Amino acid sequence: MIQRIRFLKDKIISKLMLVFTLASVSLVFVIGIGLYYRSIPVLHKLSWFQLLTNSDWKPMKGLFGFYPFIMGTLWVTAISIIIALPLSVLTSLYLVEYAHTKVKRVLIPFVNLLSGIPPVIYGVWGVLFIVPLIQNHIAPHFVDFSTGYSVLAGGIVLAIMIFPLIVSILTEVLTTLPQELKDASLAVGATKWETIKKVIIRKASPGIIAATVLAVSRAFGETIAVLMVCGNNAVVPHSVFDPGYPLPALIANNYGEMMSIPLYDSALMFAALLLFIIILLFNILSRVILARLERKLTT
Amino acid sequence: MIKRKLEELFFKTLMVLATIVVTGSFFLIVGTIFSKGIPYMNLDMITKTPGGGFYIGKEGGVLNAIIGSLYIAGGATILGLIISIPVAIYINMYIDGKRFTSNIIRLAFDVLFGIPSIVYGAFGFLIMVYFGIRASLLGGIIAVTLLVIPILVRTLDEVIRTVPRELRDATLSLGATRWETAKVVLRQIRPGIFTAILLSFGRGIGDVASVLFTAGFSDNMPTSLHEPAATLPLAIFFQLGSPVEEVQGRAYASALILTIVVLIITVLSELLIKKFSKHKI
Repeated sequence: MIQRIRFLKDKIISKLMLVFTLASVSLVFVIGIGLYYRSIPVLHKLSWFQLLTNSDWKPMKGLFGFYPFIMGTLWVTAISIIIALPLSVLTSLYLVEYAHTKVKRVLIPFVNLLSGIPPVIYGVWGVLFIVPLIQNHIAPHFVDFSTGYSVLAGGIVLAIMIFPLIVSILTEVLTTLPQELKDASLAVGATKWETIKKVIIRKASPGIIAATVLAVSRAFGETIAVLMVCGNNAVVPHSVFDPGYPLPALIANNYGEMMSIPLYDSALMFAALLLFIIILLFNILSRVILARLERKLTT
Repeated sequence: MIKRKLEELFFKTLMVLATIVVTGSFFLIVGTIFSKGIPYMNLDMITKTPGGGFYIGKEGGVLNAIIGSLYIAGGATILGLIISIPVAIYINMYIDGKRFTSNIIRLAFDVLFGIPSIVYGAFGFLIMVYFGIRASLLGGIIAVTLLVIPILVRTLDEVIRTVPRELRDATLSLGATRWETAKVVLRQIRPGIFTAILLSFGRGIGDVASVLFTAGFSDNMPTSLHEPAATLPLAIFFQLGSPVEEVQGRAYASALILTIVVLIITVLSELLIKKFSKHKI
């Protein structure tokens, strides 16, 4: 009898857990479907192509062109990756290949602390430090006038936000590379740097790609920090000192008034859907690359 | 030969410089926040709610936002745990044999982890519209729960995987059911659960984009689930946008409070992770 109760308990709990698991996994689909459902009204009026390529943003007239916002997002993301990727790769190489264990033990926690800082704090710091820096010291060398609130400011703040992400993935990938590979290269007389250049980077390149893709998707979706330093001007930026208006900032800034204008909320949900789809694809891509790499390195 | 040595030296210097930039940016950010925030810091900030004329520089504090954030992050973490612990156990103990299925589920949580908080905010808003909930403490908790579930599941999953297989096998071979084994495993990973709680709480307390549509904002202390509630990050954001110097100063002080809270949480979880991995067999 007791046996039976125990088995029954196990069965019931197992089914309950299955429900929880399925429910939370299906969140991926439910979010996508929910956002799509709410974007239908605006998609009825304008096609995907029109929405993505039109640059007229006049909600009062029912014109929703996302082109400037997409360009804003691309500029900010591109700048952040250009800054963050080389720095993070060099840092990871240093931490794994050169740094003494003691140094590593001191430095890695700071990288983790960096990832714990909330986005709004990055934003405040950007306003206090990066924006004046660009306005007073960087921009005057290149252009006549810039307020400092620019895609460059957004890119720099974002770059620092994605440092920890790239560094943590790469240090993991680099430490799992088999020691024999390095030993073989060093044994035939290569210097440490030559080993890095010719062996390690090549072997770790899928990891670098995956980390970059993940970082891009992170940069795409970052909202508040970017919103605070980007200037939020709905025109396509032409230089790094121009203000930009990334997609997430558009959603965050207009939620208040979106209910009063027809189709506005639908258009903003379309923006969220757009972000969701891009980030979903990028995430799946990088996770698949990472899983493959792991299998290759561990077997 | 000299050329090779020089090349090595050059790139090694670059690497050291890059490491200094990456780790130094942490000190730069925290240093800026501290130096700007301390002059405006006072006891009123953490003991009072906004008084009349708070937003034109009159007296008051951000206690309402601090409490609101604690409620939302705390509530979301508790709800998230209730959902995540069974999920993590299920992936590891019940569908153990089927690697394909568990890999797909893990992929789903990795993807959910990557979804930005603004999307969770927008989706939380959709749920609220659907169920007719106004912007409130409850709405904020729902949105932040969605946000922290992937964090909790991934952390717990990782921790459960560090439990030696032998322990599970031994328990099972003694005739325990899978659930009874799970209870043994749960006891083993207690510090890991605590780490997951800290990570989730830290993320929940600092996030803006998810509570922007869902929690609303209010100058009063939150007293019920259906009232709008202020959150600390949102209070920082709003105050920083003010042209009044006093109010901006309070934004810096609020940022300082948030930074300190989050730093304490992160350091604690770092220590726990370290301690946990030391006991790993």
